[in-house]
Amino acid sequence: MAEHSVVLDSKTLWGGKESPFSTSYGKLMMWFFLVSDALTFTGLLIAYGFTRHAAQAAWPIGEETFNSMPFLGHGYPLLYVALMTFILIVSSVTMVLAVEAGHRMDKKGVIKWMIATIIGGFFFLGSQAWEWSHFIHGSEFGKIELADGSQAIVRGHFGEIENFVVVKAGAHHKSGEVIKTDLLHQFQHAAETGKIFRNETVIENLKEQKKIIAQLKMDTTGVKGATVILSDLNNKLNLLKKQHNEIQSKPFKGGVIVLHDGSIAKINKKSDEHLMLITKKSGAKFKVGGEPIKGEKAAELYYGSISDGYANKVVYGANLKQNEYGPQQYGQFFFFITGFHGFHVFSGVLINIIICIGVVLGTYHKRGHYEMVEKTGLYWHFVDLVWVFVFTFFYLV
Amino acid sequence: MLRDDLIEYSLHTHHSEDQGKKIRKKIFFVTILLTVITLVEVLLGAFIHQNSSLWPFVKWTFVVLTIFKAGYIVMIFMHLGDEKKWMRNVILIPYFIFVLYLIFIAIWEALEVGGALALYGN
Repeated sequence: MAEHSVVLDSKTLWGGKESPFSTSYGKLMMWFFLVSDALTFTGLLIAYGFTRHAAQAAWPIGEETFNSMPFLGHGYPLLYVALMTFILIVSSVTMVLAVEAGHRMDKKGVIKWMIATIIGGFFFLGSQAWEWSHFIHGSEFGKIELADGSQAIVRGHFGEIENFVVVKAGAHHKSGEVIKTDLLHQFQHAAETGKIFRNETVIENLKEQKKIIAQLKMDTTGVKGATVILSDLNNKLNLLKKQHNEIQSKPFKGGVIVLHDGSIAKINKKSDEHLMLITKKSGAKFKVGGEPIKGEKAAELYYGSISDGYANKVVYGANLKQNEYGPQQYGQFFFFITGFHGFHVFSGVLINIIICIGVVLGTYHKRGHYEMVEKTGLYWHFVDLVWVFVFTFFYLV
Repeated sequence: MLRDDLIEYSLHTHHSEDQGKKIRKKIFFVTILLTVITLVEVLLGAFIHQNSSLWPFVKWTFVVLTIFKAGYIVMIFMHLGDEKKWMRNVILIPYFIFVLYLIFIAIWEALEVGGALALYGN
């Protein structure tokens, strides 16, 4: 205001004789803060680069991992992240327009563009929430550990599960009952805990095997004719194992699921299309960087691994310990880098709201300049700047 | 502490209606440029896969385009291009010295670690 300029001329600015770089204290400090924050993000991205280069071919590829769109499903590589980038760029533009309006002392213009920026910020946060949720829940297939010890990610179209028809009653379900709800969730849970089988014979076979193994461990000292009984049991066990192996060598068709209450139900599921296994951890037979396994062979290996008593062979989605996309660190970096950036966006939106209220109340108009809008603008552009790098180094390359 | 609300501290912060028009034109140009670059990046990423022989070229294209985008955001949107030359230098030079060194040392080390892991297993 006019009175101030009389009391303090530009020679005494900043407590010294002049203001460094002809910039206000607040703006320069904002720049210094941004440099330090940029170093933090640089550190994170370089740590990511280090881990990725050390892991080499085992590391997931962006366009394979992020290929979904809301409401549309799979097959849209990177489109969603591109949309998020576009949203953030647009909100950066509305911010710079607010700053420009401030330079013309156009209060209405500042309010209009700041509100647009805040809306853009919320859109970005919402997109990120969807992205996280999608990443955490994962695909229908998950990541699979094959019989040779190798690990593979699975691509293709998951055949829809139509229903479960109960064939053997349990505590809750009656025989003949058709279950139509929560199918995928039950299927995935059963796959994780080894409760999917080719048919009922396999269940009986495995039960029998378990029983014999327990009998073989019993103390037989002093029992008459123990050797005969033992060899008899061993023969029986070998026969059961042989039968099991025979069944396992045949292609997987349909199958049964053991539900929570112990009832057994037949799975009616459409067959998968374009199934493909991409090795991400080498085993005895399949190596990282080798040709993807396709077609019948892929289906046989995949369902062979999740069925017939094999537990913990499949990982769905992601948490901090494991994820279906690649090494453990991949999930950790995803959560930390995008999470840290998302937190910056969130605080940016909050600061924008606070400054916007100041603009509406006329605080800055009374001061004679809108430099506060410029300062919050700097922070907001910085958030956009970081995303440009996250987009390239996390998603593109 | 109250100094920030004095008009003298924010030099060069006012411009006329005509200047505003020119600045807005520049802003819209940068918007379109950034959008087009992002689109090109996504199309390149979608059509050229990492096992392609073109991939190393595409990868470096991504890096160059990203630095290009970042430059426009910093120089135009954040107005660093309009600040005093030495303010620009004070912000950019220390940052680049540190970061280039860190990138060099980390990636070099990572390749060695990766090679050792491949040789001797985990």
